[in-house]
Amino acid sequence: MRQADSANEAGLIARILAGEKELFHDLIRPYERMVYLTLISIVKNETEAEDGAQEAVISAYRHLASFRGEAKFSTWLTSIAINEGRKRLRKTKGAAEESIEEQEEEHEGDFTPAPLTDWSEIPLEALERKELREALRVAVTELPDIYRQVFVLRDLQEQNIEETAQALGINPGAVKVRLHRARMMLQKRLVRFLKTTAPARRGFFGGAL
Amino acid sequence: MKLDCKHVWEHISEYIDGSVDAKLRKDIELHLEHCEICSAILDSTRNILILTADDRTFELPVGYSKRLHERLREEIEKSKHEPPVGETK
Repeated sequence: MRQADSANEAGLIARILAGEKELFHDLIRPYERMVYLTLISIVKNETEAEDGAQEAVISAYRHLASFRGEAKFSTWLTSIAINEGRKRLRKTKGAAEESIEEQEEEHEGDFTPAPLTDWSEIPLEALERKELREALRVAVTELPDIYRQVFVLRDLQEQNIEETAQALGINPGAVKVRLHRARMMLQKRLVRFLKTTAPARRGFFGGAL
Repeated sequence: MKLDCKHVWEHISEYIDGSVDAKLRKDIELHLEHCEICSAILDSTRNILILTADDRTFELPVGYSKRLHERLREEIEKSKHEPPVGETK
């Protein structure tokens, strides 16, 4: 995620609160992608996610004075987006549905990766292919809620373990466990996809990340 | 300590994040040197993360930003007739 410079950001916030309200457009711009992705990771519907993203941003604008700067602005905004998403989820699924907060890790289940030896020979072009992106989108969407939300915050929005824990209201240990499982489930899903399309050639991502 | 594959898999996520301790990191790296299966799993997982962080993988709806700022503009306009930002409910 493109992080705004935090000193600059604090200055912007002070000016907005002092009356230069239009500057809120600039404050939110680096985060509008993040807000949408947070919403879609919860509600899984584009229209609902966009409406929710707008609501979350408006809510952040209205309540900006309550942002005290203890958390990072991005974490504060993510929490608002998560709450908006959960509110919408409850509305669509009805009150009977178990809330996300109460979901726990499954203790049963296979979270081991899929072993194969030819992945390292997947060329860069394969990663450039649209079909692979589509497969990844589908696989992420189909992750169980608690795993998808951690994965999206951590690996898509590149927030750290602490920020992810804070935003979701869970402890850092749970973030690590869920993240690991999410990654392994995706690896397993996508390996199958890649295996059938991999031409034999030496890899590109051998070492550095 | 000599690690088996299963042990490496359990720590692969933390290994990628650089949050395993120095000793375990060294053990994992020793294992990876001679284990193609684990190396492939590591590469594949890393590749998924690279792809995930790529902006083209998860795209925003066309016009999302424009509509968002339009809505915000209306809200800001409305709030100009109200007390300063943050004091409204």
